[in-house]
Amino acid sequence: MIEFLNFHLIPGIVLGSIYAIGAIGVSLTFGILRFANFAHGATMTLGAYLTLTLVWGTGLHPLMVLPLAMAATGFIAIGMDRAFFKPLRASDTVILVMASFGLMLMLRSAIQLIWGVQIEAMIPGIQRPFVLFEALRISPRHVLIVGAAIVLMIGVHWLLSYTKTGKAMRAMSDSPELARVTGIDTEAVIRATWFVGAGLAAAAGTFLAIDTHVETQMGFKILLPVFAAAILGGIGRPYGAMAGGLVIGIAEELSTYAWFGTAPLVSPGYKAGVAFAIMVAMLIWRPSGLFKGRVF
Amino acid sequence: MSAQAEASRVLDIRDLYCGYGETEILHGVSLHVDPGEIVVIIGPNGAGKSTAMKAIFGLSRVTGGAIDLAGQDITGLQPDRVVRQGVCYVPQTSNVFVNLSVEENLEMGAYVRTDDFRPRIEEMYTLFPDLREKRGQPAGTLSGGQRQMVAMAKALMLDPKILLLDEPTAGLSPKFRGEIFRVVREINAAGTPILMVEQNAKQALGIASRGYILVDGTNRLDDTGASLLANTEVAEMFLGGKAASGEVAS
Repeated sequence: MIEFLNFHLIPGIVLGSIYAIGAIGVSLTFGILRFANFAHGATMTLGAYLTLTLVWGTGLHPLMVLPLAMAATGFIAIGMDRAFFKPLRASDTVILVMASFGLMLMLRSAIQLIWGVQIEAMIPGIQRPFVLFEALRISPRHVLIVGAAIVLMIGVHWLLSYTKTGKAMRAMSDSPELARVTGIDTEAVIRATWFVGAGLAAAAGTFLAIDTHVETQMGFKILLPVFAAAILGGIGRPYGAMAGGLVIGIAEELSTYAWFGTAPLVSPGYKAGVAFAIMVAMLIWRPSGLFKGRVF
Repeated sequence: MSAQAEASRVLDIRDLYCGYGETEILHGVSLHVDPGEIVVIIGPNGAGKSTAMKAIFGLSRVTGGAIDLAGQDITGLQPDRVVRQGVCYVPQTSNVFVNLSVEENLEMGAYVRTDDFRPRIEEMYTLFPDLREKRGQPAGTLSGGQRQMVAMAKALMLDPKILLLDEPTAGLSPKFRGEIFRVVREINAAGTPILMVEQNAKQALGIASRGYILVDGTNRLDDTGASLLANTEVAEMFLGGKAASGEVAS
């Protein structure tokens, strides 16, 4: 039981929080710009490296400099939109997806050129976990990741429910055509979407780096579960993405628990396959996701 | 028509050619709306009625002619600029944000306003009492008639110089149809000129100051609402029988 909590459920919640924050960005971009942004993984990596650089420069804790890294990533994303996606605004979805694929490769190479390909640690050294009830082991970094993720989710909820920009984002996700004839400045909404989506990507990348380490493929490696989370939640539905992320993260970690006998149900090497299996199953049987997202 | 009367027109469309892509739908249509008027466009399917409205909004490609709003050329402006100029438009379908609450729809209608629009929302709840109790509900959960009211209220949030309605009663029950026509008259009485495309020609012409009949992308007839209702040709084409002489206001 304690093993289940310490090595499966708690890591599952941590991983799920990371996926959830990443998936919100994918879902927002999809809802408003109508394409699956493959560069989202590289954006997460970029965000992690920007946080790392700020940590090196200031000596502060990663979460202290995270807001700055999120803002920087957001502005870079607005610049990338201006350069790569804006000229293609009227194009078919498939063209935009391909452009995002190209952008992903460019971003990754740029990161490798700037920061090198060696693995870096976001927080050096080993942290001693808190021990509760003499058995439950909770690492402080895990508490921080989940706590920060909850703060960001509340922030996204506040943005979408109570601000003019957030409501306009939802309106545009509903119907871009009607948004235009209503007088909504759709380009401003698109910029806001990139800023928020990329900022959250930076946070997800940083959380993952705090949990593991920083390397140039990190975002790409979690791109699949992040997409799976967005699809599970119903693509274009930010709240669904939060739930989807948690489900995928927990499902991945629980799949390696010894449910029957003593051997893991699924070998840890195949953990990533769980997200893939859930995604394929959802696309076959319920493509609109748990929260009735968009199906094209 | 004297030059002075022409200058005071709210909306003036002259010899408009437009369409989508390579297809030309309107081949030289002219129409205008004067202050205080309700102007109705009727015509068979495919006559280009909705296209004319979309042209005003920069949603169809204008290849010739001009569109003036209160003496200013607005031909080919982007939709959000047209809204800022004071033209509000209610499309025929998908005219509300279904995932936004009624009140959020009205807030989006006021997107370009920077002042306090709360009083205007209250005015809209007075004009459409049904909406007040539904204010927190997603617009997608409302009935067709109520959605149409949300769409109209949303468009009125800017207190526009002119309101464009594309088939506001399409698919509605007779009860709601009457309600929509009542509201159209009320909005107009409060000073907003209205340009409306309508299938329910008889009721629409009944409340219209003037009407235009478009056929195959050209002007066929234009006259006062009452005269069009009394016209035998119009009666045969759109009113399903004899001229409805005398029976003007419903």
